[in-house]
Amino acid sequence: MPLLEVENLCTWFPVLGGVMRRKVGDIRAVDSVSFTIEAGKTVGLVGESGSGKTTVGRTILKLIPPTSGRVKFDGREILPLSEREFRPLRREMQMIFQDPFGSLNPRFTIGEIVSEALEIHFPKMSRSDRTARVAELLKLVGLQADMMRRYPHEFSGGQRQRIGIARALAVEPRFIVCDEPVSALDVSVQAQIVNLLQDIQEQFGIAYLFIAHDLAVVEHISDHVLVMHHGKIVESASAEEIYHDPKNDYTKTLLAAVPSIG
Amino acid sequence: MTATADAPLPANTRLPDSPLRRVASRFFSSRLAVVSLGFIAFFFTVAITAGVLQLLGLPMPMDPNATNLAAKLQPPSAAHWLGTDNLGRDVLSRMVAGSTISLTVGFVAMAVSLGIGIVVGAISGYFGGWIDNVLMRIVDALLCFPSFFLILSAIAILGPNIWIIIAVIGLVSWTGTARLVRAEFLTLRESEYVRAARAMGQSGWKVIFRHILPNAAAPIFVTAIVSIPDAILVESGLSFLSFGVPPPQATWGNIIADGKTYILDAWWLIVFPGLAIFSASLAFYIAGDALRRAAETRPQ
Repeated sequence: MPLLEVENLCTWFPVLGGVMRRKVGDIRAVDSVSFTIEAGKTVGLVGESGSGKTTVGRTILKLIPPTSGRVKFDGREILPLSEREFRPLRREMQMIFQDPFGSLNPRFTIGEIVSEALEIHFPKMSRSDRTARVAELLKLVGLQADMMRRYPHEFSGGQRQRIGIARALAVEPRFIVCDEPVSALDVSVQAQIVNLLQDIQEQFGIAYLFIAHDLAVVEHISDHVLVMHHGKIVESASAEEIYHDPKNDYTKTLLAAVPSIG
Repeated sequence: MTATADAPLPANTRLPDSPLRRVASRFFSSRLAVVSLGFIAFFFTVAITAGVLQLLGLPMPMDPNATNLAAKLQPPSAAHWLGTDNLGRDVLSRMVAGSTISLTVGFVAMAVSLGIGIVVGAISGYFGGWIDNVLMRIVDALLCFPSFFLILSAIAILGPNIWIIIAVIGLVSWTGTARLVRAEFLTLRESEYVRAARAMGQSGWKVIFRHILPNAAAPIFVTAIVSIPDAILVESGLSFLSFGVPPPQATWGNIIADGKTYILDAWWLIVFPGLAIFSASLAFYIAGDALRRAAETRPQ
């Protein structure tokens, strides 16, 4: 049984018009999207800006209400659950964000940022245990434990993204939505972060939905790739196939846009 | 709630550069800000001292309400540093007594309007939808009333008592704060760290109080400071129109009001309390503005 099953997921946003702000239409950000992710595997989701790929990730984590469709996590349907009922599952489903500057609260120290999820999901954990766990997590993502007393603005983009990864890992999730985790980073740092994510996957068997607009990055990390265009999935195949034998015209356009040397 | 390591810091570690520390150091680097803060501290010291003396029933060096018709309308002299009024009362003593009233009005009215403004703005901005619509239309309606006349008529009906004046000023002046708080919440609600907190399963109230409100604190604090002189000015205006704090209690406004008949013969009755209102208001405005600039986040 796959860890995550998405079936005919639709997320439409109403378009309001006129002085009375009546609904005059819909933007179909996500339109009948279906796919599955096996435990410990990575599914890449590529598409241009505005193709709806970020909306897919947010809808799965119930950050945006869906219009219709089904999402099953570990065999359990999650979309009809109330926030209260869903909270225990949030521990298992985490997210890594695109913007390493905006995703960390500037008023919190790194220790406070990483331990927030621990406070929510392990309220009985003692303060010293939490500190020890934060130190362990920071080391895991390649930072030093004594950095927990510093504030986000003292770190570089790549370091902040590592902090974001440590925060997602804190509660030992089984599934992480990586929402363009490397698009905002320098190319040299991108590879380090992608490798870190792969190491973590090997060590803990976490499944990823890896969202990106760059096929090259996705091909490197994914087992299976979905190509999204105007809210629909236009091609779904193994990473190998997408790269060497694309079927869809849009996929070919995306591939042609990947810069190569030589 | 804070996770702090118990291990000692290595010798070369500097203290973490907290956001608050950065704002403070930038604020104190402005000379004008420090001067205005000095003024505010001075007015405070005077007002609190006078207030405590009154509360304990101790005599002031000179009774602000003691009349002496033999020494009426005296110009500033060694005996009466800022002169005397038409009943021979010492102007300096009256101004000192009035400072307690003015600052009390300023601060308490600010606290009332801040409290209402934050609650209304936060609910409006965080929840949005029809609640936002209803609350903002109420704000629009309130803004349509000329507030000074609203205060005047309220006091005409309820009677000129200092606490009623404070409550009425506070109740009509929260609209600006509410709009500002709403705007801050609308922006911060969409920020990635708020989304991160929600994805983590943090409850709505904790998102508001731990993630949004502290990051909106600087602009809210600035409007709060700037609304203090607004309330002081409104109270002075009310006193001038004799709708303010009833006599014989001195306030900066009613010293001017009492003195206006003698403006050509006794300039000190107008100039000194006028200067007090002016300098206190200016100090609050400048300090508020300096704080706003110190709290501005620099582009990355």
